[in-house]
This record gives sequence, C-alpha cells and structure tokens, in this order.
Amino acid sequence: MRRLAKAIGCLALAVAAWAAGGSLLRQAPAKFAERKNPFAGDEQARLAGAKLYAHECAACHGSNGEGIGKAPPLKRTDVIEAPPGALFWVLRNGSLYRGMPSFAHLPQPQRWEIITFLQETKNAAHPGGTDRVE
Amino acid sequence: MNYRIGRTASILALLIMPALRAGEGPFFITYTHQMEEPGNLEIATKNLIGRPGSGTRFFGATTELEYGVSGWWTSEFYLDGQATRGEGALFTGYRWENRFRLLPREHWINPVLYVEFENINGADKSLLEVVNRDGVDDLAAPNGEARLEKKREIEAKLILSSYFKGWTIAENFIAEKNVRHAPFEFGYAAGVSRPLALRARPERCNFCPENFQVGAEMYGGLGTHDDFGLKGTSQYLAPTLAWTLASGTAFTVSPSFGLTGTSAGFLLRFGVSYEVAQLGRAARSFFHRAGGAQ
Repeated sequence: MRRLAKAIGCLALAVAAWAAGGSLLRQAPAKFAERKNPFAGDEQARLAGAKLYAHECAACHGSNGEGIGKAPPLKRTDVIEAPPGALFWVLRNGSLYRGMPSFAHLPQPQRWEIITFLQETKNAAHPGGTDRVE
Repeated sequence: MNYRIGRTASILALLIMPALRAGEGPFFITYTHQMEEPGNLEIATKNLIGRPGSGTRFFGATTELEYGVSGWWTSEFYLDGQATRGEGALFTGYRWENRFRLLPREHWINPVLYVEFENINGADKSLLEVVNRDGVDDLAAPNGEARLEKKREIEAKLILSSYFKGWTIAENFIAEKNVRHAPFEFGYAAGVSRPLALRARPERCNFCPENFQVGAEMYGGLGTHDDFGLKGTSQYLAPTLAWTLASGTAFTVSPSFGLTGTSAGFLLRFGVSYEVAQLGRAARSFFHRAGGAQ
C-alpha cells in the first residue's frame, strides 16, 4: 500500500513538472550535459551551423531565433549559456509530444555545428534575450 | 480561365513557400524512424521503369503527400498510376499510410509502427513493397486483364532503425492482408546509408559532399503464414543515391537488381521531393500577401 502511495506521489510530481513546462535543457542526463562541443571557437563550424539552422530550425524558431508560435525563442541566455551537451541532447531527442522533432538524423558533427552557431553568434540576433527559462 | 488562375496561384504559392531539406535519405522501399516535422508537407514522386522478362516496358509513377501531424505521427497519401508501352496509361489506385513513433526518446534501436490501407488494382506497378511471392509474372500481365483485380489491403510494418556514427541502419518487417480474403503475406526491407561528409560546409552549395547520401537496400517477399520462407520469392538488391540541392529539392535514384528467378531482372527507380515548411503558416502568409496586393 505504501509502495502504491509512493508511486502515485512520484507520478503526480512528474505530471506537475510536465504541466509546469519543465525545461527541456534541464532534462538532459548528466552524461550528456557534460559533453564538450568539439567545434567550440571554430568559425567555420559556426558558419556551417548558420546554414544548417536556416534549413532545419528557422521555419519554427524564426530566422533570427526569435521564436514563432509554440516554438520558443532561442536568443535566450539560458540557451546561449547552456551546457553544450544539454543542447546536443535536446537536438538528439526533441520533445515529440510538445512538437519539437528529433534531429538525430543529422550526423553528430552537424548537430554540434548548429550548437556552435546558437551559442557563439554575437550579433543583433543574439543580444542576450530574456532570462526566461522554459 | 479561373482554373488557369487557380493553377498558376498554386504553383506560385509552392515556389515562394519556405522550403526545407526534403527527403528521408536515399531509400525508396525501406523506412527509417525519421518522421516528418510537425506542420511540414513533403511532396514527392517515386517512379519506376522496368521491363519484366520478355514483356513490355512500363513506367510506374507514385505521387506522395507526406504531412507531419505531430512529432510522433506522420500521415501520407499516395496516388498511383502507370503507363505500359502499347497499352496506354491508367490510374491504379491510392494508399493512405500512418506512421507512429513508439518511443519518445532516441535509443540504439527505434521502433515505429506503420499502418496502411491501400485500394489499388492488379495493374499497379509502383512496387513500393514486395511481399509473399510477388514476381515478374505479376508485372507482365496485360493492363486490361490486371486492372480487373481489386486489391483492398491493410498493411502493417514494424520499422526498426538506428543512427550510428553517421550511418543510418533500418530494418522493416511487413505483414499484408487483403481485407476480403487471402492469407497474411510477409515481406521485408533493410537498408544502410551514409552522407558523403558528416560535417557541413559553411557556404551554400549544391555539390557539397554532405548533400549526397549513398546507400543500399535489400527487399523481398517472405511467403505467407502457412507457407513462410524464401523459396519462390522475389529478392532485390539496390544501391541508392540521394542528392539534395541548396534550395532543398532532393533527387534520388536507385537501380534495383533482381536476385532470384522470379524477380524482375532490372528496375530503375528515381524520384524528386520538395518540402514545404510549416504549411498552414506559409499558406496563411501567402493568402494574406495576395489579399494585400489586391
């Protein structure tokens, strides 16, 4: 009986966290979050990432990362300052029930290039954004 | 006149709508667990040229509309037709398929459940799957005779696929059943593919190596539930190549080689696909602009 109550409690907590819109970035397991971006500081990778972003992400998140409709903005400090491995985990898995597809079909280097673009572009498109954490 | 204006507007709408990289790799028969992105529409053609033994050369054409209903659900509608030398062209039917991704996260092996209803006739030559003991004789039957056979079938597939160090590896297990009669028929498809380069180049280009994917697929029949096995079945091996332009349009080509006596000796498949990003928003934006211009 106690086990059942515990299980129901855990389920209720999980549902509450989901309903509150728990951040995808914070769901990344530690072993992913700890991964380093192999292209950090690589300008070629950032430019390639910009091209990939335009093809794969801009339709939903906006060409300047401003977010459209349900797709959240990406020019946010929590994205720019997130552990690269956590972003990699989000790109790999998506959030299928919230409408974010998985981009696991992109080879790993291309996913890291997108992350390089998101985190290392310092222009009007990425002014720091808001501090809102989804 | 109104029809022409409507047609021109539709073509213009398609041209100016934002395009994405189209296609799901170089495969024609094998499915992977890659789903259509929610709200996107992919328009594709899959064509086939073949000559069954000493029979007449034919051209099978399939038009495909694939829509991402949600992150875990993709729906697809097909219209099939064919033309046979000396026998004219005919519409052979339609198919409606749905794919459901079963696990929300990415794993070593990712299962997808596929369910399709097809209402085609015996003259259909699209060969989007091979089951049971489908063979070269089916392709050689004259259209006038073959079109009389109605095929209303439910098809289920278990799709298993993985991504590993840039490689895509997929296996499909097929079970098909005519809704009126006939036993369960089985088949399979399996494929591997890889882009020529794993890193993308910074410049927008048509001939960058990452725009090309090469691979191979193998597919064939496995008999029925009371006569399961490879004996007397058709089996094919097909190298494949996909090329995605910078604009997002993708071209695929795949020569298929028959491996058994009942297989067609050689089939050439080719296709084109184009993906419209966020169809609803793109259409609203187009009509808003069109309204503003007036």
